[in-house]
Amino acid sequence: MFYRESGDFKTSYAADQQTFPIRFDRIVIALVLVFAFAVVPFFINDYWEKSILLPFLVWSLAALGLNILTGYCGQVSLGTGGFMAVGAYACYKLTTGFPDLNIIFVILLSGGITALVGIVFGLPSLRIKGFYLAVATLASQFFLVWLFNKVPWFYNYSASGQISMPERTLFGTAVTGSAATPWATYLFSLLFVVVFAFIARNLTRGRLGRSWMAIRDMDIAAEIIGVPPLQAKLSAFAVSSFYIGLSGALFFGVYLGAVEPTEAFGIDKSFLVLFMIIIGGLGSIFGSFVGAAFMTLLPVLFKNIMVGGFGWPTDMVQHFIFMLVGGLIMFFLIVEPHGLAQLWRVTKEKLRLWPFPH
Amino acid sequence: MNSTRKFGDPILAVNNISLSFGGVKALTDISFDILQGEIRAIIGPNGAGKSSMLNVINGFYQPQEGEVWFDGKLRGPLRPYEIARQGIARTFQNIALFKGMSTLDNLMTGRITKMHANMFWQALWKGKAENEELEHRERVEHIIDFLEIQAIRKTPVGRLPYGLQKRVELGRALAAESKLLLLDEPMAGMNLEEKQDMCRFILEVNDQFGTTIALIEHDMSVVMDIADRVVVLDYGKKIGDGYPDEVRNDKDVIDAYLGVAHD
Amino acid sequence: MSPMILNTIEVMLNGLMTGVMYSLVALGFVLIFKASGIFNYAQGVMALFAALTLVGFQSGQIPFSHLINVVFGTDYHNWGPGMNAFLAILLTMAVMVLLAWLVERLVLRHLVNQEPIILFMATIGLAFFMEGLGDMMWGANIKVLDIGLPSGGSFWWEDVTRVWATEGSDYYGMYIDVLDLWAAGIAIVLVVALTLFSQYTKTGRALRAVADDHQAALTVGISLRTIWIVVWSIAGFVALVAGIMWGSKSGIQFSLSLIALKALPVLILGGFTSIPGAIVGGLIIGVGEKLFEFTIGPLIGGATENWFAYVLALVFLMFRPQGLYGDKIIERV
Repeated sequence: MFYRESGDFKTSYAADQQTFPIRFDRIVIALVLVFAFAVVPFFINDYWEKSILLPFLVWSLAALGLNILTGYCGQVSLGTGGFMAVGAYACYKLTTGFPDLNIIFVILLSGGITALVGIVFGLPSLRIKGFYLAVATLASQFFLVWLFNKVPWFYNYSASGQISMPERTLFGTAVTGSAATPWATYLFSLLFVVVFAFIARNLTRGRLGRSWMAIRDMDIAAEIIGVPPLQAKLSAFAVSSFYIGLSGALFFGVYLGAVEPTEAFGIDKSFLVLFMIIIGGLGSIFGSFVGAAFMTLLPVLFKNIMVGGFGWPTDMVQHFIFMLVGGLIMFFLIVEPHGLAQLWRVTKEKLRLWPFPH
Repeated sequence: MNSTRKFGDPILAVNNISLSFGGVKALTDISFDILQGEIRAIIGPNGAGKSSMLNVINGFYQPQEGEVWFDGKLRGPLRPYEIARQGIARTFQNIALFKGMSTLDNLMTGRITKMHANMFWQALWKGKAENEELEHRERVEHIIDFLEIQAIRKTPVGRLPYGLQKRVELGRALAAESKLLLLDEPMAGMNLEEKQDMCRFILEVNDQFGTTIALIEHDMSVVMDIADRVVVLDYGKKIGDGYPDEVRNDKDVIDAYLGVAHD
Repeated sequence: MSPMILNTIEVMLNGLMTGVMYSLVALGFVLIFKASGIFNYAQGVMALFAALTLVGFQSGQIPFSHLINVVFGTDYHNWGPGMNAFLAILLTMAVMVLLAWLVERLVLRHLVNQEPIILFMATIGLAFFMEGLGDMMWGANIKVLDIGLPSGGSFWWEDVTRVWATEGSDYYGMYIDVLDLWAAGIAIVLVVALTLFSQYTKTGRALRAVADDHQAALTVGISLRTIWIVVWSIAGFVALVAGIMWGSKSGIQFSLSLIALKALPVLILGGFTSIPGAIVGGLIIGVGEKLFEFTIGPLIGGATENWFAYVLALVFLMFRPQGLYGDKIIERV
């Protein structure tokens, strides 16, 4: 009886179709948002910012993006790292090329540029499916990272080949660069995540989302009943890449401040995000967050316990985490292909009846 | 159905359709028409080319020869989704529902050709997008009422039993409010009661909304009961066409069903 | 011939040799895919794991010694001076069979009838698990693998090719690694052996039956589980061979598992179900990427080998989605 849907009657279709139809959900989300916006900034410190909160926010956006493409539209992509790189380099070129451009527009435009690149690399999806497509997306991963490594224009001919983010301010407060305070970078990223999570929720439950899911569930039937495959798939690639581009821009601009493409946007990042959505839940907005939290917190937790507590060497903990993550992926695919989000739904169903299970 | 019902002009006419895959001929020189408002059955033994015929009508297969007239116009080589937009909806022999989506969402997807709000409004769930969702939800709820599937509105269709899935699939096709409805074995694998329900739905759709229906069915008693006219295919050729009574007594048709050695 | 042409030929030959390596990994993929419809992403990591285990046995390392030392505060590393290469290979093979059994038992059995893409993602999980496991067992330092195969440039080939050059030009002959020649030879033997095995043995027939139709194979009394274990064992064996070859050539290190990724475009070119396809695809990609790097690479900054294979596969897919040897895909409703 902790969680209840009963007694929450809808008298109009509008009420049934609001963003969060269940009153309990609305209350919880409101509380979480108040906490995140009004409480956390007062207590945040450098460690929480750099090790937990910023990575969580950045990866949440990436996971949302990949989940739109893979979880909702059924197109598996291993090119996430490459698209994040596009976002990061777009952000770099825009900030350095147009110093007066507001940082919010810089980040949004970076997403937009990534969306265009995503459409180009999404074109093969019209002809190829399944893991053929997954392999084809590897081309974008390796080609894009190579491009940013080899073409000096992208890193403004700097000697190190690295790119580093200059300071930019919003309402007089630095949100990028070394002078940015933890609360400022946190709030800035949080703003993007909240707004775009809301948008993702709306997109996935409307006409566009239904056409993605139709393609995912049965592409031939979808086309026959009137879903244009070209439009559905490319829009999924575009929206997904937009999110991943945002995430890449924040990853570089706000979180790390300086990156080297092979290191920061390698194939391991593509897998990391894929794992987030598998563990969190394919085709679930909530799951994207859970997966991002899980995959960000797990290494931190184990490092703290094993390195800090047991005194294990770091590289061994690293190997252990590899085994653990690999094992968890298999476990989830076997036991609960819909991930932690589904576990949560099942728990809710139980809680609804508790303490009277029958 | 008796043969005294009056129908309008042909809504669809296929002329001299031939279709082959590699060297295999699936359809040979098939011509027939479907009149506005009638229930037209396509029957024939397994492998006769019935499903291929439906696939040609909704553009999934492009025939090598022949022409398709729809709604008074000669149809060019269109993609299936463009044909769906012109007003042809269908169900499938093996259920082709979107298993990860709820009944409601499946039906809403059926109306996708009628929704046009752009991505911006969809992202905000405001303005045109919201109005459109509500308006179509209302139409879909009528179909849900009509098919008596209110209770499973929000259930993922993958969890539904076979009979209900068939019904939801009919609902998805109805949601398109098409001019022509193609039903590929809507009663296959159903028990008697489910068949009766399905027959009732088909007849009511035809009667209430005036939807023209073409259906493939193996159950002869059903076909003879509800069809206005019947086309019989065998080995990709048309061997009979006419009112149920005529077809029933046609020698070629009887041979095809009872089996006569082909030379 | 002018040195320019000879250099190009040399590049192509070396590309062929690299291609053989790709083919070896791709072969493992094809075997598993044919028998179980599983696209085994972990094939490359299996090669890494096999090579690590082989070196471990050969040098007499204690498995998990790092872990044991950390947990118990001990300082064990080796149980003895090691063993000869042949015995170590046999033992490694036993480990690979055990692994195949475990994979079937713990993972595959529970994923029967899942969609191919789910299985694919599960094998990505398997790859991560085995990577961690291999490093846990044997340590992550770069190791040298030497089972006594000859290596180094072939002088004979240098002598043969030196005289091909036009009179008076500065040409010292072509370089080709003896190890590569061995690898090519072994790969040929392996393919012939596999073909014979699948054509002329009872298990081979069962394998082909399962590849054709799981259900039908079940109805005639073939045990799917046994077949899967056999197939994964064979794939483990192929991985071992690939691991030995790559390991002898460039040492055993993490990047070995990246060759698995290169095998993916190879498969796309060759088709997932064709053994000759895997070979031809591997050779095309090996030669293609070396030639591209040699001719176009210098113009656009080099290191094109990183992506050439994938882009080639992508372009190829646009025109022939079913691969070189795959059947044409006919869609039905």
